Amino acid sequence: MDTLEKKSEKVVQTREAENVVVRFSGDSGDGMQLTGTQFTDTSAFLGQDLSTFPEFPAEIRAPIGTVAGVSGFQVNFGSKEIYTPGDMYDVLVAMNSAALKTDIHKLKKGGILIANTAGFDKKNLNLAHYPEGVNPLEDGSTDDFIVYKIDVTKFTKEALAGSGLSNKEIERSKNMFVLGLLFWMFDKSMDYTIGFIKEKFGKKPDIMNANITALKSGWNFGDNTEIFTTRFKVDVAKLPAGVYRQITGNHATAIGLICAAEKAGIQLFLGSYPITPASDILHELSKYRGNGVKTFQAEDEIAAICSAIGASYAGALGVTTSSGPGIALKGEAMGLAVITETPIVVINVQRGGPSTGLPTKTEQSDLMQAIYGRHGESPMPVISASSPADCFQAVYEAAKVALEHMTPVIFLSDGYVANGSEPWKFPSADSLMPIDCKFVTENNNPGGTFLPYKRDDRFVRPRTKPGTPGLQHRIGGLEKQDETGNVSYDSKNHEKMTHLRAKKVERIADFIPAAKVDSGKEKAKICVLGWGSTYGAIKTAVMELLEEGHDVAHVHLRWVNPFPKNLGELLKGFDKVLVPEMNMGQLCSLVRAKYLIPAMNYSKVQGLPFAVDELKAKIIETLNSK
Amino acid sequence: MSDINTTVPKKTAKDFASDQDVKWCPGCGDYAILSQVQKIFPDLDVKQENFVFISGIGCSSRFTYYMNTYGFHSIHGRAAAVASGVKATNPELDVWLISGDGDSISIGGNHFIHLLRRNFNIKYLLFNNQIYGLTKGQYSPLSEKGKNTKSTPYGSVDEPFNPLELALGAKATFVARSMDRDTKHQQVLYKRAHEHKGTAFVEIYQNCPVFNDEAFSPYTEKETKAEECIFVEHGKPMIFGKNNEKGIKLDGLKPVIVDISNGASANDLWIHDERDKTKAMILAGLFDDVSLQPHNPRPFGVFYVEDRPTYEDDLTAQINAVTAKKGKLPLDKILAGDKTWIIA
Repeated sequence: MDTLEKKSEKVVQTREAENVVVRFSGDSGDGMQLTGTQFTDTSAFLGQDLSTFPEFPAEIRAPIGTVAGVSGFQVNFGSKEIYTPGDMYDVLVAMNSAALKTDIHKLKKGGILIANTAGFDKKNLNLAHYPEGVNPLEDGSTDDFIVYKIDVTKFTKEALAGSGLSNKEIERSKNMFVLGLLFWMFDKSMDYTIGFIKEKFGKKPDIMNANITALKSGWNFGDNTEIFTTRFKVDVAKLPAGVYRQITGNHATAIGLICAAEKAGIQLFLGSYPITPASDILHELSKYRGNGVKTFQAEDEIAAICSAIGASYAGALGVTTSSGPGIALKGEAMGLAVITETPIVVINVQRGGPSTGLPTKTEQSDLMQAIYGRHGESPMPVISASSPADCFQAVYEAAKVALEHMTPVIFLSDGYVANGSEPWKFPSADSLMPIDCKFVTENNNPGGTFLPYKRDDRFVRPRTKPGTPGLQHRIGGLEKQDETGNVSYDSKNHEKMTHLRAKKVERIADFIPAAKVDSGKEKAKICVLGWGSTYGAIKTAVMELLEEGHDVAHVHLRWVNPFPKNLGELLKGFDKVLVPEMNMGQLCSLVRAKYLIPAMNYSKVQGLPFAVDELKAKIIETLNSK
Repeated sequence: MSDINTTVPKKTAKDFASDQDVKWCPGCGDYAILSQVQKIFPDLDVKQENFVFISGIGCSSRFTYYMNTYGFHSIHGRAAAVASGVKATNPELDVWLISGDGDSISIGGNHFIHLLRRNFNIKYLLFNNQIYGLTKGQYSPLSEKGKNTKSTPYGSVDEPFNPLELALGAKATFVARSMDRDTKHQQVLYKRAHEHKGTAFVEIYQNCPVFNDEAFSPYTEKETKAEECIFVEHGKPMIFGKNNEKGIKLDGLKPVIVDISNGASANDLWIHDERDKTKAMILAGLFDDVSLQPHNPRPFGVFYVEDRPTYEDDLTAQINAVTAKKGKLPLDKILAGDKTWIIA
């Protein structure tokens, strides 16, 4: 860094920071996701902890320059442990006026705004619906920030003048110019991204060279011009020693399934129908044909889950992936898996609802659907993931419970953890919990016919594969006679089977970890109880409140059905229980109903994750209330 | 001579009957179909434990419970999807799908067409009684227009599907039709369906004595059968009638009935070619319309056969090809991904 500053022979102030939040915002054709990912990956490689939040427009390709077409990528990186992508930005890159309009309200006072002036001409300002004659860069409305107005488009064109590329191709490289500039500003090496460009465009040398040139031009622009007065210095994080990688939730889910199937010694079969934000799991798993992974893009959601049921029946780990509307369609088939006691994993990457709702926005509002969303008494275990990397562990556990307890299991993730990413100190294959997946090959009823519904002490029925000699039997969606599995309309038998199915799911509580305090201590004045993707925001809020001296604790649930056995006892130890959820209070209702405690709901249904500051404010308000 | 000691006695139809009481209505055509299937199974050279029956919902779909094989009775219309998962996972299994006209053509229409285009090696028996039996007597998508039922007291205004045209349009590789009352014909067709590598679709006219009695009696009853049915066989001319006196000739793409006993040459007749899709479409379509004049007989037999790779074979081949090229990744490699870094 010294040498860089000497070379530039100008006074640049270095600002030290524990963490910095950068938001890249532009038109969905501007390559903001790629820019953000490259910046993130570089930070990760340099050893910083981080958390990301990509935000996509709902439209595939809204008209260029409009607010509907804004695509954002937010990253919070730093030297301390980071659990959220951050509430407010330190740096906002706005590639056009629509991006500025969308995101400026979350730029911290005194924060840095880098605006691409080419995106603030009359046409762009009109498209962003600024009143005639108003330019937010000129009218004083951005005076609270350090504003760098740069004609990125012009500089990129100048840098690539001799490249022989068309205007359109040159313009496509302007995100690399911005990235280079940011690398300079944060003193990050360009090597990682140069390697990426070489790999990606290796077969198109002119495009490859243009991108590298644009990237370096951005760096040099920062280094040579007099306008920049600040550079940041963010140290590497003191993370636990080990080997790390970067991972998104959907990617972690995919490889969690591969590992579970291999540990169980069976095939992995995915029956899926594309839907936002779950499709990436299908995309990812489809790459693993070499590992025998069978992915089946079904004709609809119902066929997707039914094919998974068929696959499990035939001896595989059957999985189906979807989001809320698709899960609604799968309801009847889930009932079939419940009554046939077929182990499948049903993955719901939740999004805003009801109906098509907010396809690209996050929500946690399918909890009740997961627990109750089938007809009849139809119990299913439900597990949730608390962070992108945690999707691996949670889905692995979902598969383990499904296979070991002969039951369909719902795995809940959501758009926020599915698309977000973080560094992951990944486990070794050896360290993964074993999965006991036995197939019965001997008749369990000597002298008689095989009893497919004869249960063990966990109420679990034996698993057999069609093709096993001598154990032929028939199962299906009609009520099963106890032990034989034959069709039975006997009323007492139905009641018995209903109880047996429920007890089997309840017994799973004996095999899952007890609930424990994540931050703070037991018997605090207030417990913040969460589940799923609110983990990072709640943890950060509670840790900050603890530092500020408040008597607060955080309990986070992974299994939401059954609840951990000790949950009721644990919660009763707190004076107050506050349940923040991105829904109208679904977990809160369940906890109140089950444990008869006056848990309080803190609801946010905006398609957006909780901000740490709003959580802190609510916790303090609740602490101080009567 | 050690053969004497090791030879397993040949199975019989009885071996394929489960211990469950059959509970169809007296006189239901399903009984005849069940017994023909049980009859041919000992001849199929498949281990008993490798048969799997998968069904949807409806009277027909209870079939699964009556076969002493592996069986999975699924949900309404979705048997094809369940069977696809079974076959994709374990191609060795001999999968039979039992379905009815409501199950296959109404609620499960989507899965029906997609199964056929994918061509899993599955035997698909469609019991067509042109009525909803289990829900007690509403018209089905195969009921004739104008049908009076509980839900259509003034006659149905729905245009029915022609299931064979639908199957051919969905790229089925084996399309055939039989009837519950003709036991021999069924046996021949089921065996041929079994030999076919791919989805073998067999429509079976099945009488529902309670809600749609005698819907197919012109084709099944002795008095009318010879005039109303034409049994097609590959390479054989199209001949029917009590004394085999009538034939069918193709006038361009239009079939015409000719009287062989009255001067028409038997050499000019349409020779059935089950590999010809265009002619299979003509066969499936023109003879199905009762309103057509002159009145045409209804064809039975194998309409169309095509050799096309099955889904599961292509899937297996793709897995083998990718594995050969890239190899199987160890879990530790998958866990680590492409790029890692170390924090000391």
